[in-house]
Amino acid sequence: MSVGPVEVFLLVMRRELRLSFRRPEQLLQPLVFFLIVTTLFPLGLNLQLSLLRDMSPGVLWVAALLSSLLSLDALFKSDADDGTLEQLALSGQGLVLIVTAKTCAHWLVTGAALVLVAPLVAIALNIPSVAFATMMVSLAMGTLTLSWLGAIGAGLTVGLRRSNVLLSLIVLPLAMPLLIFGAAATDRAISQISPAGALYFLAALCVFTCTLAPFAVTAALRITLE
Amino acid sequence: MNSVDNGLGVEKVHVWRGDLHVLRGVSLQVTPGELVHVAGPNGTGKSTLLRVITGLLHPEQGTVTWCSRAIDRFRAEYQAQLTYLSHEPALKGDLTALENLRFAVGLKRQVAPAELREALGHTGVAHCADLPARVLSAGQRRRVAMARVLAMRASLWLLDEPFANLDAQGSELVSELLRSHVLQGGLAVIVAHHELRIECPLRRLELHA
Repeated sequence: MSVGPVEVFLLVMRRELRLSFRRPEQLLQPLVFFLIVTTLFPLGLNLQLSLLRDMSPGVLWVAALLSSLLSLDALFKSDADDGTLEQLALSGQGLVLIVTAKTCAHWLVTGAALVLVAPLVAIALNIPSVAFATMMVSLAMGTLTLSWLGAIGAGLTVGLRRSNVLLSLIVLPLAMPLLIFGAAATDRAISQISPAGALYFLAALCVFTCTLAPFAVTAALRITLE
Repeated sequence: MNSVDNGLGVEKVHVWRGDLHVLRGVSLQVTPGELVHVAGPNGTGKSTLLRVITGLLHPEQGTVTWCSRAIDRFRAEYQAQLTYLSHEPALKGDLTALENLRFAVGLKRQVAPAELREALGHTGVAHCADLPARVLSAGQRRRVAMARVLAMRASLWLLDEPFANLDAQGSELVSELLRSHVLQGGLAVIVAHHELRIECPLRRLELHA
């Protein structure tokens, strides 16, 4: 009996999650990084509360982008190193589907987890609770988009040693729109202005990336496998 | 087992790696019920040839055909019918042997854990089924990988140094598995340094520098 696409998706997803949870320290690192970086800002700048409130959306978003980047490097690397990537490519299932499942699983354990701890950080940064919903929605879309952008970078750099810096150089410029609209949405929510415009832009970026990136990642991986 | 009309064909394949001309017009035919042993000194492109046959590597010139059709035209369908064992056993250290197999084989077909345990039993590592792959020895990992080859139930086996890291008993076991696969009408292309002593239709392809 052959295996359907939904089963393949779930199979890959379950495996990825299982692998992540067997290495809890790798799971926690980006989160702890996020918490620490955001704590450093108020400590180092010795800001007034009102100033902190003005800066906090930017700080929150920059920290979120950087901590998401931390774990992206490993997205395909271990599979490429131990030969699993070849087996995945040869499974007779579409590599696009497998890549999609892998990236979604990666987002669940990094981006989604980050969204969940964001209110904690927001309190530390003096972001009022009225802005929490907007902040979390925008972060969810932003981190998902970033996971996909990062997956393209990870696919391109998987064959290189020490690819971490190069990956950041590829991904961070692409992530600028996310930072602009994400921080803007949060900022507007803090000022109690409708953040809809910025959120729509984020949503558009998110949909655009989620639909096209899987093909780009697959193409990048196929080149690596040659 | 899938029925195969004409088997596998490799026609005048050329591969360059940078300036290095690795494969220089290699041709090969494998019919069902036949094993081809690719031999030759290091660096003559044995593994490269195997990767070309899998479809992972596109040759600069020449074609690979399966049932008289170029594999580029139906790559996923073709790849579903083969199983490839590379230098790396392709096992995740954090997953148990059984979990590794469940995933790898599960992508190809529906499979019950009992069947996978049986495959592990065939290669003599049934007792390792629930151990994380990272605690297994190199030879045991190789045996687990061989169990994966077996459980895939593919008609075309492409094995790169299947005897590496194996003890005498393990080598005999792999030979026996290959023999029964080929005698049941399967195809196999094996890269190995030493002479194969397998009682089945066997052909040797020598690659030269």
